[in-house]
Amino acid sequence: MLFTREELLTHYETMVKIRKFDLEAKRAREANEILGNVHVYVGEEAIATGVCANLERRDSIESTHRGHGHTIAKGADINAMMAELYGKATGCCHGKGGSQHIADFSVGMLGANGIVGGGYGPAVGAALAARILKTGAISVVFFGDGAANRGTFHEAANMAAAYRLPVIFVCENNTWACATPSEVGHTQSVTEISRRAVGYDMESYIVNGNDFFAVYDGMRKLVKRARSGEGNCCGILECQTWRPLGHVIGDTQPYRDPREAWARFCADDCIANYERRCIAEGWLESKDFEEIQQKVDRMIQEAKRFAVESPYPDPSELTTDLYD
Amino acid sequence: MSIKNYRDATFDAMKEEMIRDGSVYAIAEDINGNGGTHGRYSGLGEAIGDPGRVIDAPISEAAIVGSAVGAAMSGLRPIVDLRFSNCIPCAMDEIVNQAAKSRYMFGGQAKVPMVIRAPDGILKMQGAHHTDCLEAWFTHVPGLQVVVPSTPAEGKGLLKTAIRNDNPVLFFEHKKLMSMTGEVPDEEYLIPFGKARIAREGSDLTVVVYGIMASRALEAAEQLAQEGISAEVIDLRTLSPWDKETVLTSVRKTGRVVVAHEAVRQSGFGAEISATIAEEAFDALKSPVVRIGAPFVPIPMAPNLEDLCRVLPENIYEGARAAMKR
Repeated sequence: MLFTREELLTHYETMVKIRKFDLEAKRAREANEILGNVHVYVGEEAIATGVCANLERRDSIESTHRGHGHTIAKGADINAMMAELYGKATGCCHGKGGSQHIADFSVGMLGANGIVGGGYGPAVGAALAARILKTGAISVVFFGDGAANRGTFHEAANMAAAYRLPVIFVCENNTWACATPSEVGHTQSVTEISRRAVGYDMESYIVNGNDFFAVYDGMRKLVKRARSGEGNCCGILECQTWRPLGHVIGDTQPYRDPREAWARFCADDCIANYERRCIAEGWLESKDFEEIQQKVDRMIQEAKRFAVESPYPDPSELTTDLYD
Repeated sequence: MSIKNYRDATFDAMKEEMIRDGSVYAIAEDINGNGGTHGRYSGLGEAIGDPGRVIDAPISEAAIVGSAVGAAMSGLRPIVDLRFSNCIPCAMDEIVNQAAKSRYMFGGQAKVPMVIRAPDGILKMQGAHHTDCLEAWFTHVPGLQVVVPSTPAEGKGLLKTAIRNDNPVLFFEHKKLMSMTGEVPDEEYLIPFGKARIAREGSDLTVVVYGIMASRALEAAEQLAQEGISAEVIDLRTLSPWDKETVLTSVRKTGRVVVAHEAVRQSGFGAEISATIAEEAFDALKSPVVRIGAPFVPIPMAPNLEDLCRVLPENIYEGARAAMKR
């Protein structure tokens, strides 16, 4: 077996924590307890979890609009995250970022990004810093199939490969760029984003993004190479998945049938897939999952309580954190 | 003191700071091939004994600045050279959304210490894509700092401050500065941001300028002096932050003001200066503020048309005469 029992429980807990955190965020947004843009990661938990399970604390990640899952998987405190969604002073960004700009530098999570495709360049820079400062860290940037069409993807991929920097580009290919399907001849000429790796002489893998073990394994190979720092050690991991909900909470999905979209997810849910595999292999039992589900429920309730009871930032905070 | 040209003085600034601090690196297109634009990085890698920190970039402005943001957030201090100010728009998201906002948006978790050097201004017949003065754009973005040096000595002191400072800095350098020579102190010095330089004291009129315009204003002031008009010339040095107290103090003394820049007059930084004077020193004014800038056109290539866009000592002189008449 690739994992110890403890590791299997940890990865399961991470996925469930992301799922329950975001279902709570969705509920709170729909109830108008949280305002603003909330993009939930429901359905894609295996990707952040499988990717970050290969990373160390010193490694950095750059995220997307849909950043809660990445932040949790990298090890951030969910109380501070939930408070951030509420815009509270105890939030990880002191209430100044919110869901769309969530970050926790203490665990190497360098920020969600309100600009699609805004994270590639900073990820290359983080890897450059690791090289110059000799920290041994590697750098990961998550992006969607839609963001793959930004010119910044090309500029950063070329630069990272040319400089031989340890950058791994993780594509969460959920086939939807907001309200537009990523179809050949529509907004994409090629839907398999990882095929672009050839143009940069990068190693690449396409994996089932709804299978934690497949994501983990693909990432493991790329991390091993990136960590070696030898030659062109960049890589692209394309995780094929599906976005079961709208682009943002409040999106009524006029561009597709929401029930069909949800049903497709239910038939291939990464968490259910993980449970089935673990049981079939005899690694874990149902009660292991139940215990973790209950534990995470309590954590989410505590995070919500913490967020709701926390104060908003003092008005004097308006102009702090702007300049040194 | 030594006599140095601007290019050498700012080269020394980079050299000193890169030797002092191993986290400073320079990145630009052609930086090693021909020393970058105006050859101002020639020999820098050897001079600091670490060629790995002088990095040739692909023609990818978004990635150059974007990677600098990530590097800055991860412990480095990039010096980015964008060749011409007109290349800045290729990296606008990286400057305005990423560099400027990361510190604030992430609640102070990030620091983005970086300098973007951008030569600008009218040289000779370079046309609209190599000439714009865009400094005012960036004074409108909280989180950025904007510096416009006026002489070799100013360039050196301000660049050293920009490199050490923990904020993203836009450093606009008029192309005419590159060959300008002047006295530069031999000992180490830094010039603080937000503190204007009174380049010439006077009592009848205040001329507020920055960058290359400082030397042109001093020429105009000399001519005015011959006619018995005493002009005070204020070189702002930095536009964000900008030293409005020094300007207002001078205006309260003289009561007459000329504001001049080479950027187009409409919505130029002169508008901010004039508005501030109107708001805070209106009672001191003996005549309306005279605001001088380029006409509202892209800079044309034809030399006779291009000349119509220059802001020269005679324009400042005429502006001063107009301010004195009323």
